[in-house]
Amino acid sequence: MEMDTIAAISTPMGEGAIAIIRVSGEDAIQIGDNIYKGKKKLTEVESHTINYGHIIDPMSGDIIEEVMVSVLLAPRTFTKENMIEINCHGGLVSVNKILQLVLGQGARLAEPGEFTKRAFLNGRIDLSQAEGVMDLIRAKTDKAMNVAMSQIEGKLSIRIQKLRQELLETVAHVEVNIDYPEYDAEEMTLGILKEKAEIVNKGIDKLLATAQQGKILREGLSTVIIGRPNVGKSSLLNSLVHDNKAIVTDIPGTTRDVIEEYVNVRGVPLRLLDTAGIRETEDIVEKLGVERSRKVVLDSELVLLVLNNNEELTSADEELFQISDGRDRIIIINKTDLPQKINLNLVKELAIDQPIVTTSLLKDEGVDELEEAIKQLFFGGGLESEDLTYVSNSRHISLLNQAKTAVNDALGAIEVGMPVDVIQIDITKAWELLGEVIGDSVHESLIDQLFSQFCLGK
Amino acid sequence: MSYQGGEFDVIVIGAGHAGVEAGLASARMGAKTLMLTLNLDAIAYMPCNPSVGGPAKGIVVREIDALGGEMAKNIDKTHIQMRMLNTGKGPAVRALRAQADKFLYQHEMKKTIEETENLLLRQGMVEGLVVEGDTVTGVVTQTGTEYKAKAVIITTGTYLRGKIILGDLAYESGPNNQQPSVNLSYNLKDLGFEMVRFKTGTPPRVNSQTIDYSKTEIQPGDDVPRAFSYETTKYITDQLPCWLTYTNDETHEIINSNLDRAPMYSGIIEGTGPRYCPSIEDKVVRFNDKPRHQIFLEPEGRNTQEVYVQGLSTSMPEDVQHRILSTIPGLENVRMMRAGYAIEYDSIVPTQLWPSLETKKISGLFTAGQINGTSGYEEAAGQGLIAGINAARKVQNKEPVILDRSEAYIGVLIDDLVTKGTNEPYRLLTSRAEYRLLLRHDNADLRLTDIGYDINLISEERYKKYLEKKEAIDTEINRLKNTMIKPSEAKELFEEIGSPLKEAATATLLLKRPEIKYEHIEKIAPPETNLDSDVTEQVEIHVKYEGYISKQLDQVQKMKKMENKKLPEDLDYMAINGLAMEAKQKLAEVRPLSVAQASRVSGVNPADVSVLLVYLEQGKLKKINS
Repeated sequence: MEMDTIAAISTPMGEGAIAIIRVSGEDAIQIGDNIYKGKKKLTEVESHTINYGHIIDPMSGDIIEEVMVSVLLAPRTFTKENMIEINCHGGLVSVNKILQLVLGQGARLAEPGEFTKRAFLNGRIDLSQAEGVMDLIRAKTDKAMNVAMSQIEGKLSIRIQKLRQELLETVAHVEVNIDYPEYDAEEMTLGILKEKAEIVNKGIDKLLATAQQGKILREGLSTVIIGRPNVGKSSLLNSLVHDNKAIVTDIPGTTRDVIEEYVNVRGVPLRLLDTAGIRETEDIVEKLGVERSRKVVLDSELVLLVLNNNEELTSADEELFQISDGRDRIIIINKTDLPQKINLNLVKELAIDQPIVTTSLLKDEGVDELEEAIKQLFFGGGLESEDLTYVSNSRHISLLNQAKTAVNDALGAIEVGMPVDVIQIDITKAWELLGEVIGDSVHESLIDQLFSQFCLGK
Repeated sequence: MSYQGGEFDVIVIGAGHAGVEAGLASARMGAKTLMLTLNLDAIAYMPCNPSVGGPAKGIVVREIDALGGEMAKNIDKTHIQMRMLNTGKGPAVRALRAQADKFLYQHEMKKTIEETENLLLRQGMVEGLVVEGDTVTGVVTQTGTEYKAKAVIITTGTYLRGKIILGDLAYESGPNNQQPSVNLSYNLKDLGFEMVRFKTGTPPRVNSQTIDYSKTEIQPGDDVPRAFSYETTKYITDQLPCWLTYTNDETHEIINSNLDRAPMYSGIIEGTGPRYCPSIEDKVVRFNDKPRHQIFLEPEGRNTQEVYVQGLSTSMPEDVQHRILSTIPGLENVRMMRAGYAIEYDSIVPTQLWPSLETKKISGLFTAGQINGTSGYEEAAGQGLIAGINAARKVQNKEPVILDRSEAYIGVLIDDLVTKGTNEPYRLLTSRAEYRLLLRHDNADLRLTDIGYDINLISEERYKKYLEKKEAIDTEINRLKNTMIKPSEAKELFEEIGSPLKEAATATLLLKRPEIKYEHIEKIAPPETNLDSDVTEQVEIHVKYEGYISKQLDQVQKMKKMENKKLPEDLDYMAINGLAMEAKQKLAEVRPLSVAQASRVSGVNPADVSVLLVYLEQGKLKKINS
């Protein structure tokens, strides 16, 4: 419990120039190595050195960030444990991503005040500071509890409780088969168990999807503007940026040549990708533009596809439709100040059910409609606005992910034909983890369920 | 007139399932032991169901055996039927259950007690404890005899201020009209113990000759001979079956129309009954959509016509019981021999105990069994054994034996009781054990024989056998790891099982496949010498469930770290500023011995645990400073 490796973002949340992710514990350096690529492995460098390299997503191999990593070997560290400090560019996106990677490698998100607590427990801080540490733990926990409480007041807790109840009934059913083998309850088969596990799996996915929404609120909906040269991408960008005060401008991505700009469109924060590209490609050859679009579309959650009202659809337009298929998309037919030459029916056909907005960016017409469409798309799509606050903190996301892993372990065990009571171990684990999200993991409730669901006894 | 009855190391009050284990363990460990009981004819009496074992409970019986207790051996000698339950499920939940000849069970246990050295068995009712300061020094009986002792174990079962309720009849009594023990309960209250009132019940017994078995389903024992004890070599092959029948609408109607006469609902019963052992009236009321309830007919022994009607526990008036019985297929013309009844009794709140089962209030005083709020013969026996062991060790100035939650169901049981308490009679369930893949029926000896040997309850001979078994298991697991099996070696076999082998693999890897059993591997790559089935069973389980077992072992490692962070018994929780008020109160009441135990106290949250850790460190520093 106490000796495991913990991690946290140690710089204030916000838009600082740099941010630091701190990892402490026996496996800190190894965990760092699993997601870091530099000249030397972190396990091979000297203690108390700072090392330049990149954070790599071990799953995809993608480069995430350019970083400096301090390696600090026990005991001459703040916590007297092995530590690394990952210095990266500020900005929530990359910092969170790196933290998630660290957690994915087996570190646990630190509790409030835990670094200080460890420093104390390991004898780093003297006695006079002890009371302060306790106050700190108390206060921070209470604060965290308050935050958690306000969150669980809402639908998150209802949804999680629903999932837990589903699991609990399943678990109780298995238990009754075990503890009362002669009782005439239906035998819980692998088939039923699988069905239940899949329901819960989907439920967790849904919750994680709302986490995604919460993330969007914090980090912005990554949006890309695509279109052939001279259709008005640049005007659209300027219009969005000028109309809506940019939240943050010109954060240069360090490893990708993408420049992002943040705008708040009617409450929807958009993170506009490749704004540099838009400005550049206006005058590059067409093929290059499509290729480039293809790349940025991959990173985006929302595509704004701009067409020219004054021209027939070209094969390049159709190609742009094709590469952005399957994403949330708004079609913008620009230049309505010029005579219509575009085949609207064809556009509608290609757009299927996706919104089409007509604009004259030159005359500043249709921008309102576009903004409304963005808002509709985001808030309208079956997601009520209050849902957006569902799951927002890393602890919850990490617990939900762990619960998902447990359910997947159970599904895997069902696949290879493990006995029901062994699969039960994973299912129970998922139930407990979901309970931790809402601060409720009392074991007795299983036994309560057992005796209220089944009529048992001699 | 009072007179001195003698001096003993340990006195055990009561000779039920907890008392006999306590007395035997204490005497066998060399402590001069006196066992006092109300009635020498009621030793190891089964006042309710005539069976031992079942899920979780059966594993406890195996654990008792691995620690050198008696229950397993005694039931092996006296059962009328044995069955392995949950054979279609995983290894962790398999459990043995025996139907007992309850009369033989008593006789056999009495005989063992009588033949045990250092153990004096005497009839007598203890009226009070002799306490000097906060230490127990003896007991006084109804006849005025005072026995001196260094430790006393109370195992009063349901006798403590017992009260039988049958319809509108209620009278002071122990189970089955035995004398109740009244004054001892008041004595405990006077000594400052917090007591609670619990309730349990038993169904009617009927005459076997009046049952029409043709209308019921037979429930035979297993064909394979089985035993609880690792030392049993003689198996009983002549088994008696049980029988299954059901209640029906007519039964339920009789119950519903007589609810006004049911003490459960008329307010006569004040004690809290267990949810897992509801009376038939309770079942019918709470689950009124269930069209029928199972009724098992279980013989009470070989030399009796009495049959236990499992599933029909009731305190309805006798005439209603007759009518209920006659609605059940097979029992239309049955003659009831004893009516069912409910019984209320006093227990102590178990959070007043240390995990050694010694009371916190009075040094040298131990309690075990139903007095601690449990129910069940096996739960009682497990506690009795631990109390007996720890009383003897206390007398011998040795540290108590405390089993943790990863070692034994007995550990789970005691930890739950002393850490969380219980608000109904506590029954062990497999779901109470978080490490149940480790706490299996089949490996109780591997978990506990070392401890049993260390405390002198396991013989040299048995210990040697155990070590050999352990060695054989390790050797075989290693051999399988290093044995490569090529597709050519066993093509037909693998195809036959439907598990084709494409390329060479280790025997271990193959054994992990669900459809492959050890016997298959054995055919292709036999070991040098033939191995016992209990060795190959361990090998198979170990290999097949390795992933899950190691996951649980990891959790145990984490738990143990916290278990090793000891908290002083006299810690002043009220003075620790960082603790929440609820945590302060609960911790002050339970006084956990480790941070791990503290974390299991209800109302203690992770922040409180952090504060305790900091406090622990602070305490150390203070000592260093001074």
